Amino acid sequence: MARTRPRSQKSPYPLWFFVPAAIIYGIFFLTPTVSSFWYSLTRWDLTTAEFIGLENFQQFFSEPFLVQSLVNTLIYAVTTSGLKTVCGLLLAVLLTSNIFARGFLRTVVFFPVLVSTIGIGITFTVMMHPTKGIINAALGALGIAGPGWLTNPSLALFSVALVDLWKGVGLATLIFIAGLAAISTDYYEAARIDGATRFQQLWRITLPLVRPATITVVTLSLIGGLRSFDLIWAMTRGGPGFSSDVVASVIYKQYQAGFYGLSTAGNVILFALIVAIILPFSLWFNRREVVQ
Amino acid sequence: MTIHIKAYLASAALIALTAAAPAHAEVTLSFLVDNSPDSVAAAEALVEAYQKQAPDVTIEIEQRPGGGEGDNIVKTRLATGEMSDVFLYNSGSLLQALKPQQSLADLSDVPAQAKVDPGFKSVVSADGKVYGVPFGTAMGGGIFYNRAIYKEFGLSVPKTWAEFMANNEKIKAAGKVAVAQTYRDTWTSQLFVLADYYNLQAAVPNFAEDYTDNKAKYASTPAAMKGFEHLKEVHDAGFFNEDFGAASYDDGLRMVATGEAAHYPMLTFAIGALKQNYPENLNDVGFFAQPGDDAAKNGLTVWMPQAIYIPAASGKIEEAKKFADFVGSVEGCKIMTDTNTVQGPPLIDGCPLPADVPPAVTDMLPYFKTAGLTAPALEFVSPIKGPALEQITVEVGSGIRGPAEAAALYDDDVRKQAKQLGLSNW
Repeated sequence: MARTRPRSQKSPYPLWFFVPAAIIYGIFFLTPTVSSFWYSLTRWDLTTAEFIGLENFQQFFSEPFLVQSLVNTLIYAVTTSGLKTVCGLLLAVLLTSNIFARGFLRTVVFFPVLVSTIGIGITFTVMMHPTKGIINAALGALGIAGPGWLTNPSLALFSVALVDLWKGVGLATLIFIAGLAAISTDYYEAARIDGATRFQQLWRITLPLVRPATITVVTLSLIGGLRSFDLIWAMTRGGPGFSSDVVASVIYKQYQAGFYGLSTAGNVILFALIVAIILPFSLWFNRREVVQ
Repeated sequence: MTIHIKAYLASAALIALTAAAPAHAEVTLSFLVDNSPDSVAAAEALVEAYQKQAPDVTIEIEQRPGGGEGDNIVKTRLATGEMSDVFLYNSGSLLQALKPQQSLADLSDVPAQAKVDPGFKSVVSADGKVYGVPFGTAMGGGIFYNRAIYKEFGLSVPKTWAEFMANNEKIKAAGKVAVAQTYRDTWTSQLFVLADYYNLQAAVPNFAEDYTDNKAKYASTPAAMKGFEHLKEVHDAGFFNEDFGAASYDDGLRMVATGEAAHYPMLTFAIGALKQNYPENLNDVGFFAQPGDDAAKNGLTVWMPQAIYIPAASGKIEEAKKFADFVGSVEGCKIMTDTNTVQGPPLIDGCPLPADVPPAVTDMLPYFKTAGLTAPALEFVSPIKGPALEQITVEVGSGIRGPAEAAALYDDDVRKQAKQLGLSNW
């Protein structure tokens, strides 16, 4: 753990140095956060707010598609986070080994991260068109009848998750490459002398030692997955029907409809959900780290 | 408990007023319109004509997206006091969601109102005050059909739902798409439900009133369920285009215009887009009202056009009212009907229909000639329209959810809207 500075030691800077930052933080972060808790208890039309207690929360949980959206959010977050971690690690192992055109391949893997999410969403929507899209056309040429990637209600969410993987795996790979570079080659040398196979090296050396990078990737991609909105909105708008709705898209639709109180309540629920998942998760990981 | 932030609005108005204080004769008005080609073309023609008449006024047109995104922009800009001086927006229930009594300027005393159709005035009014002037003509909601296909197979325009389904069967047997559906643009999925309102009110005359008073429900009114049931029937019979889940509104228009599909349920405002995109096919497209059970009770559900409004927070209300007066005049109406294809009967007394109108309009006019053959859509006789209807109808049309469950879900959605509007009895 990092060394802790003795508390009694006085800071060399006077306290009012912190005032500008505190004011900005207070106005643009604390005030909206606190007031959103208040507005989630009201029926709000941006000019008048009528206090209605917990009715918004009751409303949120009593509607079938809102509950389904919570389930979808969890499915989406776990799917994208899991896939990004596994694929990211494998790609990182590949791209740190001595392969042909390594620099170029690293660029190729990272490139989708830099492209606008909306642009990717629109492009893949066209490519996933059930009859005219390039994906189903290619499958058709092989004699396979491609599914309605975005129009089949049981498939739409996973199709978007795959595109999210394609877009986000570059960042996970980058973090893993940094983590792998920090592992001393001595371990691998020793393992080779002892006759360890490549798989044993991966399982016994790489995986345990790359833990800090894994924690970062899992946490970031899980939070990203839970808050995910832009890609889903660009590709399906939560459809067909409500089948790929996640909490964020439901909140946006309530906001669009003018249900400002209800959408604020949804945000409070999303906030609580993220805290409830990420807090124990990161405590658990950090404790494991200390134990080691 | 109610918190008003009038002080904020008042100060916003004050800033706007002081900003406009150096009162030269020259005025610049901002005018927000949706970005559909029809609206933009009409707005540009109106502004050009008005600036000739009033050279000291400059009007700058701003564009916004339509649909839900547009609602969002309009509501947010009104609430934050940043709305343009004049703006174009829907009439009926969507207008009521803006709370016009608080947010808009009263246009009852604009001279042009004397010639505006009373039916239209009622859909832009709240608490006895009129807040808008019409921008365009009345429209019908029903089914576009391809006249070439009808001629080829010797079909006649259906007066009952059974006849409509029989026509579809013949068209499908011949290997054509019977009904185009386009769920990439979810709003297009609502037509079978919304355009069935003429049949609903013919069967249950006091439905709108009871529905607004929380007494009548879609799920418990068999005539109201019909729209959802029809949608499911058409889906289950396999009459849709193969890619209905991914096709767009433009695809739907192309299909019905070029004869890929025989029918496309839509509002007649699509005639403008048809004329622009498929001018050579315009004469192949006809129109009929959504048929019900009884051929003797065949009538048309009518939509009112958008209107232009002036926000109460504008610092230039007087100048903006003069422009609104021009838009609502016979001259303004003529400019609009000349710029765009007519989509239905004009709403200004003394504004004539052009001599040559496309067949889809000709098909619609007989309904307006006899009293009782038209009824305004539900969103114009009740302030409540649930925002999730388009997702629910996509589900029914895709076979995800059954009609009974869908109607019950929509009733829940309607309750949310009614509560947000603060209606009594909810």
